[in-house]
Amino acid sequence: MTAEDTSPDVQLTDDHRLRHFLSIDGLNRPLLEEILDTAASFVEVGDRSIKKVPLLRGKTVVNLFFEPSTRTRTTFELAAQRLSADVLNIDIARSATSKGESLMDMLWNLEAMASDMFVVRHSDSGAPYFIASQVTPNVAVINAGDGRHAHPTQAMLDMYTIRHYKGGFENLRVAIVGDILHSRVARSQIHALRILGASEIRVIGPRTLLPVDIEGLGVQVYTDLEQGLRDADVVIALRLQKERMDSALLPSESEFFRLYGLDEHRLRVCHPDAIVMHPGPINRGVEIAPEVADGERSVILHQVTFGIAVRMAVMSMCISGQEGGGVL
Amino acid sequence: MSQAHLLIRKGRIIDPASGRDEIMDLLIEKGRLARLGASLDAPGAEIFDAEGMWVLPGLVDTCVRLPSPSSIASETRAAASGGITHLCVMPDGNPVTDSTAVVRLLREQAMKAGFARVLPLGALTQGLNGEQLAEMRTLTDAGCIGLSNAGRPVQDSLTFKRCLEYAATFDLPVMLRPEDSSLSSGGCAHEGPVATRLGLPGIPALAETIDMARALLVIEQVGVRAHIHQLSCAGSVALLRQAREAGISVTADVSIHHLLLDESALANYDSRFHVRPPLRSTADRQALLAAVADGTIDAVCSQHSPMGSASKAAPFPDTQPGIAGIETLLPLLLKLVEDGDISLLRALDAITASAGRCLGQPIGMLEPGRMAHVCVVDPTRQQRPGDDWLSRGLNSPWLETMLPGIVRLTVCDGRVTWLSD
Repeated sequence: MTAEDTSPDVQLTDDHRLRHFLSIDGLNRPLLEEILDTAASFVEVGDRSIKKVPLLRGKTVVNLFFEPSTRTRTTFELAAQRLSADVLNIDIARSATSKGESLMDMLWNLEAMASDMFVVRHSDSGAPYFIASQVTPNVAVINAGDGRHAHPTQAMLDMYTIRHYKGGFENLRVAIVGDILHSRVARSQIHALRILGASEIRVIGPRTLLPVDIEGLGVQVYTDLEQGLRDADVVIALRLQKERMDSALLPSESEFFRLYGLDEHRLRVCHPDAIVMHPGPINRGVEIAPEVADGERSVILHQVTFGIAVRMAVMSMCISGQEGGGVL
Repeated sequence: MSQAHLLIRKGRIIDPASGRDEIMDLLIEKGRLARLGASLDAPGAEIFDAEGMWVLPGLVDTCVRLPSPSSIASETRAAASGGITHLCVMPDGNPVTDSTAVVRLLREQAMKAGFARVLPLGALTQGLNGEQLAEMRTLTDAGCIGLSNAGRPVQDSLTFKRCLEYAATFDLPVMLRPEDSSLSSGGCAHEGPVATRLGLPGIPALAETIDMARALLVIEQVGVRAHIHQLSCAGSVALLRQAREAGISVTADVSIHHLLLDESALANYDSRFHVRPPLRSTADRQALLAAVADGTIDAVCSQHSPMGSASKAAPFPDTQPGIAGIETLLPLLLKLVEDGDISLLRALDAITASAGRCLGQPIGMLEPGRMAHVCVVDPTRQQRPGDDWLSRGLNSPWLETMLPGIVRLTVCDGRVTWLSD
């Protein structure tokens, strides 16, 4: 007796279109490609003098951030504005008591204001699922990062970047380096790369930063940086939070950099055309050397540009899925 | 509810304690189990026709959590509807059971409600803080049947050893749930592939086995009477078998949901499946089932934890762990029997005589001369638990599932506490 038979994908409509965007896990390749293709059509909007399309005119998007974030929230805000939506930003410091209740009260209040979309960031894994289960059927929920679970728009902008520079995913070796354990970005990237057909996905880190059974997600595990980087086409560094040193996961930043930091010397074993990515914000000299972050392999700033187009794509697809999704 | 003068006729009497399994009559006179026999004559007695039904000892639940003494009436009524006559109540309610006043309150409320016997456990340490010994002897003198630190195992090994030594001084039984909090802290799901996929902070099986090993070593050295609550993994079963082989005398139970569910239930962050210890792997579940089937694990409990809807209405890690399960203990166990995982006699033993032995009480048996604790079950019928739910806690994943067995009659302390069509 398990719950497997009672877990249809809550983020899809009956005809397999997006109604929420909560996780890459469970989506199929055509849908991910549709997101990338739609994003491509939005990239040029950013180059126009009037950077707006009217797809979400009259819609209200609420950025519901339970965890501080400047970059992600700003790109969601810009994406919504470029789609002509009205945007409301709400930053919530979580109260220590009766969290569940206050969260539900807040949702009902915001719904009463006729919101059409919640963009949610929360420190608890699964929080966007809970919110999606509580909102009325015509409200879309987009996950802007939940706990260690998922950051699907970040992963899709990374996929956009990879496709832009590498043309596709076949025969591609991708190495993800650093704190895999706490990284929602890594989990979403792994799902996206697997679904899009990357030939090899590697994760590299010390065992204290590798989740148990991570192999089950379809990756190869390396604890040695040089072995893991060999012949890689794409190298993704992850941000290392300072608090990891306090909880006995690592001895020091400098030892981490010595063993797992990306510098020019270590990257020489990669494919000569390898690109280097980072979801930001960067700790120069901890997970990545400044000369790499700012060097010619780095595509980090392009990731940010593509991020707006990818978020526009996901938002417009969710709204259209909601409207075509058959709300009675 | 007056003392029954009741003839239960032609039921299949199943008494795991004596091994009796035959169709006969059972007579209750002045609240006592007077006689068992074929075609008993009892002028003036009320007749309950139990043809085609099972007549069992009143069921014993070795682990129940009650939020407060005020919930006793509703939860013991729910227990009676599930055939349960004795429930062992953890000391971690509000207030904590660490004073005679609280013990008295629990007993008075139970007496007043009159649906089932509440067997309270007293706190092992004051306020369950794991630092100072509670007044163990005073608590047991006031009516506690044993001592426990509930879901907050004593972490400091010296304090833990002294707790057990003090209890052993007066031959008081201790009930332990093993968990090393340094390994479980912050976790809410079994550390395994599902938690990794869902990004939920994990509680490794090691958190239980390390503390289980420590507990068994101290139990052996001190020689205290001990029971281990809620094993959740194959490693703990292996340790229990080793301990038995080494001659350490210890009993153990498992919650019914750990026999039915595994970590895969957490997909989509369904907070109804948030329990502590967490649901573990399929292999763990199978090891627990096998251990119940062969008697290594003595008893199966509900780990009943009724809670209000707000406790489960939040993102998964923020929800309270627990399932309200006192009404589904028997039907779920019968489902395992139906599925061929456990024999009927062993399943019933695990919620009657064996459960009584775990608690050090002579209960869960049909013995003429004693106060009557009996339940009558119609095994041919099914029901959806949610149709007739009595617990205040609606936190059950089985409200809408058809389950075998309906409790038709419960007699506790010689009084009818439940009767249904």
